Amino acid sequence: MSALQPEFRDRPADRAESRAIRSRSMRLLGSLLSPVAAATWLTVALVVLSQVAAVAGPAFVAYGVDHALPALQGGDSGPLVLAAGAYLVTALAGGLLTAWTVRLAARVSQAILLDVRSRVFRHTQRLSLEFHESYTSGRIISRQTSDVDALRELLDGGITTLAQGVLAMVFTAVGLVLLDWRSGLVLLIAVVPGIVLTRWFQVRSQHQYRLSRTAAARVIIRFVETMTGIRAVQAFRRERQVSEVYDDLAEDYRRTNAEAIRLNGVFDTGLTLIGNVTVATVLLIGGLRALHGELAVGVLIAAVLYARRFFQPLAQIGMFYNAFQSAAAALEKLAALLAEEPTVPDPVRPVHLRAPRADVRFEGVEFGYGTGPTVLPHVELHLPAGQTVALVGETGAGKSTVAKLLARFYDVRQGAVRIDGLDVRDIDPVDLRRAVVMVTQEAYLFSGSVGANIALGRPGATPEEIEAAARAVGVHDVIAAMPDGYDTEVDKRGTRLSAGQRQLVSFARAFLADPALLILDEATSSLDVPGEALVQHGLRTLLAGRTAVVIAHRLSTVMGADRVLVVDGGRVVEDGTPAQLVERGGLFAALHADWQRSLGATAGA
Amino acid sequence: MPSATPPPPRPSVVPSEGLATSAGAGQAPRTSGGRGAERDESATRTLLRLVEWARPAVPRIVTGGFTALGASLLALAVPQVLRWIVNGPILTDGSSQAVVAGALLVLALGVLEAFFVWCRRALVATPGTTVERDMRVRLFRHLLDLPVEFHDRWAGGQLLSRAMSDLGAIRRWLVFGLVMLLVSATTAVVGVVLMFVTSWVLALVYVAGAVPMVWLSFRFRQDYKVAARRAREQTGDLATAVEESVHGIRVLKAFGRGDDALDDFVRQADELRETEIDKARTLSRVSFALGAIPEAILAVALAVGVPLTAHGHLSVGALVAFFATAAVVNNPVERLGQLLAMTLDAKASTDRFLQVMDTASTVTDPLEPHALPPAPGAGSTVELRGVRFAHRSTRGSSEVLSGVDLVLEPGTTTALVGLTGSGKTTLLQLVPRLYDVTGGAVTIDGVDVRDLTRHDLRRAVAVAFEDPILFSASVRENVLLGTDDLTGAEADARVEEALEVASAGFVRRLPQGLATVIGEEGLSLSGGQRQRVALARAIATRPRVLVLDDPLSALDVTTEAVVTRRLREVLRGTTSLVVAHRPSTVALADRVAVLEDGRITGVGTHEDLLANHPHYRFVLTALAAHAPGDGVEERGDEDGVDGPPGGPPGARAQRAPRDAADDATGARTGRHDSGRAGVTPGGAR
Repeated sequence: MSALQPEFRDRPADRAESRAIRSRSMRLLGSLLSPVAAATWLTVALVVLSQVAAVAGPAFVAYGVDHALPALQGGDSGPLVLAAGAYLVTALAGGLLTAWTVRLAARVSQAILLDVRSRVFRHTQRLSLEFHESYTSGRIISRQTSDVDALRELLDGGITTLAQGVLAMVFTAVGLVLLDWRSGLVLLIAVVPGIVLTRWFQVRSQHQYRLSRTAAARVIIRFVETMTGIRAVQAFRRERQVSEVYDDLAEDYRRTNAEAIRLNGVFDTGLTLIGNVTVATVLLIGGLRALHGELAVGVLIAAVLYARRFFQPLAQIGMFYNAFQSAAAALEKLAALLAEEPTVPDPVRPVHLRAPRADVRFEGVEFGYGTGPTVLPHVELHLPAGQTVALVGETGAGKSTVAKLLARFYDVRQGAVRIDGLDVRDIDPVDLRRAVVMVTQEAYLFSGSVGANIALGRPGATPEEIEAAARAVGVHDVIAAMPDGYDTEVDKRGTRLSAGQRQLVSFARAFLADPALLILDEATSSLDVPGEALVQHGLRTLLAGRTAVVIAHRLSTVMGADRVLVVDGGRVVEDGTPAQLVERGGLFAALHADWQRSLGATAGA
Repeated sequence: MPSATPPPPRPSVVPSEGLATSAGAGQAPRTSGGRGAERDESATRTLLRLVEWARPAVPRIVTGGFTALGASLLALAVPQVLRWIVNGPILTDGSSQAVVAGALLVLALGVLEAFFVWCRRALVATPGTTVERDMRVRLFRHLLDLPVEFHDRWAGGQLLSRAMSDLGAIRRWLVFGLVMLLVSATTAVVGVVLMFVTSWVLALVYVAGAVPMVWLSFRFRQDYKVAARRAREQTGDLATAVEESVHGIRVLKAFGRGDDALDDFVRQADELRETEIDKARTLSRVSFALGAIPEAILAVALAVGVPLTAHGHLSVGALVAFFATAAVVNNPVERLGQLLAMTLDAKASTDRFLQVMDTASTVTDPLEPHALPPAPGAGSTVELRGVRFAHRSTRGSSEVLSGVDLVLEPGTTTALVGLTGSGKTTLLQLVPRLYDVTGGAVTIDGVDVRDLTRHDLRRAVAVAFEDPILFSASVRENVLLGTDDLTGAEADARVEEALEVASAGFVRRLPQGLATVIGEEGLSLSGGQRQRVALARAIATRPRVLVLDDPLSALDVTTEAVVTRRLREVLRGTTSLVVAHRPSTVALADRVAVLEDGRITGVGTHEDLLANHPHYRFVLTALAAHAPGDGVEERGDEDGVDGPPGGPPGARAQRAPRDAADDATGARTGRHDSGRAGVTPGGAR
């Protein structure tokens, strides 16, 4: 809620920026519409035809009364049969056209929605962690839900309403001008305040709907955060305080919405007023002319009716315009999200890494997060293929940063990270993910079955392979004891599984993924001692001949490594086998001593 | 307690097969009366329940409806005035004044109509948003009241979509759909009455045509209702998929599974698209009927009416009047289809809203709450007697705790040790009633926790979760989360002390120090950092009972040693239960309880248990894990292995100079980790 998030500013800095934002969202709309252009035009054509059918009805009635009636009185039923028959056919055709329009419009709008949802999802997946850490999950969720909803409201019936309304107005205006150009002139003059009013509404509501989108996002962010942390809310009795904050946000959202609706009400009322004043004016002028015989009475009536009809679709167009403004504000947000560039871009000319050995080099690596201070001033490092290397150091020393650079969650500022001599920035992303897998402390489980969660490591794995992976990390028995075994659905966030079991499941994923380079970032913190021992054993099998980077507070994990790097202040300060470092008596030796002591710790000590 | 709503099925973003989104299956929530009735009540009945929330707005909605009706009737009146003017002043030898007067009358009517339009907006729209907000706030409060067990089962996206898009749909229906539905229906009825006045024969033709329309509309309701409900469910599932893809972004990135998640998401979005197109298909059938039939009726009426007129049974004027009226009536009739669809969509949304609102909380305050006796000087006693707990599940219950007996002696710290998944975390959460026991009882100073209000209980019991949950607020606010009415210097002192104990001095080096916003919307902290803030939060409440779930798991050894030492001092006098996975955490405790197969199988000091309790020895040293690859059962069975935990005997004697110097150096070394907030253990004192 600071300068970090420009979108939370209430108003774009200036007109030019506002225009740029608007034009970017219109480009997005255009690109969404272009794949369905043909269907869109067909929809419009159907609307035209159904309008024609609708207009034809009264004509048949008029024909029936004016011609068929005298003909019937004269004994000729032909015209009546013709009129009634043609009317019937038109009615059915009109109904069919309407039905077809409904279907086609749904097809168009749903195609667009699918397109926009997929694009946003794909894009958010592509964006780097750096982005995700500042944008917040709630905001992405609000883009995908309430903003897409606003777009859906526009598309649901929006296209047809607009086409119908505009057509009706054009038909009517042309009809009136042909009938009596003077009345037509009155109508055209009336259009001027109409345009002024519309312009006013556009500017005001654009601003209002932007506020409304932001307010909605705030409500969503708070909602998601509270529900995600419901345990803590309840345990610390924060219900009242949390509700109060939420009440305020909900009220803000309501106010912006109510204001937008109020604006629309003024717009709607204004249009009705302009229309009715125009009708009265046409009646006055026409009536006076009719009195002096300058205008036929029939033409006067027709002119007044036309003038009335001209303004009738405006209410609907107003509604459409309202939906349009709301959707436009949503599109702006979506376009802004889609315009975010990944700070870790895919390579332009990807190099394949077919048979990775995972020989890793850091060459003159300098790194810092975002525009922040340097975290790793200069790292030169060579991890030969097949070596298991433990990174040790205090929290914040830069261990995780090294791991993140290896997995290419972030890109270096200077120098390069190379795997088998290739810069990670040039490696084909698919190959890179196959070669390098990182298991983090946070063992996130997705809803779905336990088996599916393990299969995340390698989609398409057979049940046997999944089970083998689970056995390797010692979680098979736990899963087998669950109601549906591997098909058991995990609860939200896997709460049914203990933290340790969740870590085991995420380990099983890594086993299944079978990477050339495995990075473990505090991946064993929640395991109990037997679990860790089992994982250690499994790892020894897995890591045989593989490169591994292990970050662990638990020295039990570290002691099994081929080599230990002690990181301090973003620099490697000690490098050697665990035994060598213990002997050397530096930072690692101190940690080791602490660890030994902790193992021997007892309640009475 | 009768069982509550089963959750809607949740498809996953992970590549998984066989997760058909059979929305609607198992959607039989308990209604308030516990009748277990299917949530397939008529639309009218469901929507009538909205009155409960819309009550304050009802008078204005009704008034708004009347003004809308007024506007629509005025619109009908204008042509009558026109006819009068034309037939009167203009066609007869009228004067300019008469024409001007006529035009002014039309103008007046027009202004009145505009006024009515404005009235409807002003009367209905604002209260509509108020109703929406009230429902949103009530839903939120209800969700806060529902137990953790409910939240375990419900996907976040399903709740979110209810709070946002469903309530939005209900509001739009209330202020527009409902009003227009009534206006359209009334206009149609008035029009039909006018037709009967004009010509009963033709009116009968019209009514006869209306019968298939009504029948088709009814059929439509059935089909559309199902599709509408499914569409809402799938929308909620999509929201869930998005939420998970964002919360699990690190996993997806680490395994490069973004594309699979995308495929899965697109598949789900496509299912929603299919459902929406299905809805449109159903709607198109009724659109055809409501569009074609009225016009077809007019064609028939023409075929009937013209001969009637020809034979003198009907005047030409009446014939024309009939068609004029029919043309007016057909408009609202055609609109009925859309409005009906909107109504059914609103019904589906209302159902989803009520589904949550009707779920009664299973963890409730007692009707006559007891008060906790004043804390004894030596500290509170917590007793678990025959405690059983089983996760409620659709597939039979699996008992996690089957008869736990444990007494936490006043002012002492007890470590709870057991294998991962043995139910330690569950047991711990029974004390503050985040879950309720399914058998037995938990008492604090002799009072059953279920006899206390949740507020009183949770004031007495503080928790630090293993997975620390921080909120988007300043560090200070996060630490003070559980302290009531603490302000100024007192609060400052409390924060200082808690951060000190938790070795969370790093927060002072954050960009804005204690005022730095952390959590989702602020700075992201590392796991160890978050854990320390969460620990400080639990300590700051100065509870009677403190429960800590493996509170130091993410700390490095050195920091852990510091925190442990300080915690021991603070915990003196506070009855505490600490879940421990490692000897270093056990060091916090005065004694240890071993949880095994859902029971406490041993209580004693670390040394006692280490010497005499095979399972304990195994859990803390894994010395039986020499048969790797073997399962948990085998591991638990070992008994022959003994010996001290790994590490040279003299280890305890070694004291690293670093540790002695403690963390005082940490602050001065000045290492930092940029935006991640550089951290060294401890902080300046």
